[in-house]
Amino acid sequence: MIRRNFLKNISAGALILLTPFSLMAGWIEGAFTTTDMKEALNLVGASDLEESDLITLKTPEIAENGAIVPVTVSTDLPNVTSISLFVEKNPTPLTSQFDITKDMLPSISLRIRMGATSQVMAVVISDGKAYKTTKEVKVTIGGCGG
Amino acid sequence: MKSINRVLLCVFIMVSFNVFSQNTAADDRELIRDYFSNKFPTIALSEYINGSYIFDAKAKEQWMEIEEFPPYEFDIDQGKVLFDTPFANGKYYADCFENKGIGVKHNYPKWSESQKTVITLELAINQCRENNGEKPLKYGLGDMAMISAYMAFTSRGEIIDIEEPKGDSYASYLLGKKYYFSRRGQLNMACVTCHLAASNLKLRYETPGPVLGQVTNWPVYRSKWEKIGTIHHRIRECNSQVRAKQLEYQSETYRNLEYFLTYISNGLPINGPGSRK
Amino acid sequence: MKIKAKLNGDKVQVKLLAKHPMHTGRTKDPVTNELIPANFIKTLTCHVDNNKVFQGNFGTGVSKDPFLKFTLINRKAGDILKFEWVDLKGATEVKEVTL
Repeated sequence: MIRRNFLKNISAGALILLTPFSLMAGWIEGAFTTTDMKEALNLVGASDLEESDLITLKTPEIAENGAIVPVTVSTDLPNVTSISLFVEKNPTPLTSQFDITKDMLPSISLRIRMGATSQVMAVVISDGKAYKTTKEVKVTIGGCGG
Repeated sequence: MKSINRVLLCVFIMVSFNVFSQNTAADDRELIRDYFSNKFPTIALSEYINGSYIFDAKAKEQWMEIEEFPPYEFDIDQGKVLFDTPFANGKYYADCFENKGIGVKHNYPKWSESQKTVITLELAINQCRENNGEKPLKYGLGDMAMISAYMAFTSRGEIIDIEEPKGDSYASYLLGKKYYFSRRGQLNMACVTCHLAASNLKLRYETPGPVLGQVTNWPVYRSKWEKIGTIHHRIRECNSQVRAKQLEYQSETYRNLEYFLTYISNGLPINGPGSRK
Repeated sequence: MKIKAKLNGDKVQVKLLAKHPMHTGRTKDPVTNELIPANFIKTLTCHVDNNKVFQGNFGTGVSKDPFLKFTLINRKAGDILKFEWVDLKGATEVKEVTL
């Protein structure tokens, strides 16, 4: 009895390791609470990143206010299963991660918080591979009357 | 226009304002409109309701993205709920205002002959409450700002139409104008310093925005506040930013100032509530 | 939640504004001077029948009163879009929109 359960548990574990990221979608606590960008990338299945010019990341050059920065990510990459948005200098770099279903276009607009001038990185998982593009967004600390 | 002419025009206007006595309020309004239309001939006067965004295309783009679905929509909804809630005595805010309080913001502030003072919309809201046995709301933020947001929203597109200050009301208007032109605070700046002479320039990274049309988009959801606030809330903030003494919300001075600011924007439409940085 | 959803052929452009403070856990209450504990929307989903068509997963880097814009496909008039968010404390809000 114990042996049977042991085998069941082993194979279940193996199954999780073999399952493509897309089926493991959901809120990954570690990814959203880590302060380490590399670790966050690993946890969303983007440990191996390739630059891609098929990702469009629309950000302001200089944010009006770091509390509300409008961003749009869209892509022409095929079979997209995930879009994530990172702000390198934020305390927790992963801002958001979207599970892209077959019933939606691989494009998302949202508003993010930025504490300081930083690189903003959009990560797209297409056909199981992770791609990125990066843009710098400047955040100023209120000037006169700001 | 040559830059020397621009400087001379600016000086002329500032000197003529400082003389105080000769101009009527209508003259002042005309002078300010001419100043801006001469200084920025490619910007239509109707554009001034959008403040500093008329001078900064990239900032305007971000602002328009926010306005696509602005956070103040929740404040308008809550403002309507508050506005439609009866007082304990069964009366409503609608009973205190013309046209049941819908689409009336363009007529404020107004001079009250009986009270011999300037009545702003927010003051009128609290006077309505007190006349109906209710405690006044705190000014600046919260419920007061939300009711003001709802009333502004119902007034969108209405052209500001304040009766020209004359006689007693002119005296209050003049006090408001004087406040606008007086230097104050540790930084020794007047409102006019930034919002007339430097409205399109950068002060460190900020663009002050022009005085013409500056009242039209209130109350405002400021990204900096992450909430909706009234014009007096911003005026108090401006005071502290030049390290001057902040006055009380709805003080006579602030009401007179708002009177001056609104009359010179007569002819422009209400577009509040608005989003700003 | 406020939702604007326009059906165009089989596509729906969805614009959504959720009401939530999205506390990061790093700001202080101005009255008590204590840190406000983190509480933000974790997940925001959209289902049609029982089919999940959208899921957004969030951290503290998403602005207060989250805004989202995205496009659903394969939709038709009469479809009921069911939006739901859940936050760290387990609070939820559900809203349905019929196309």
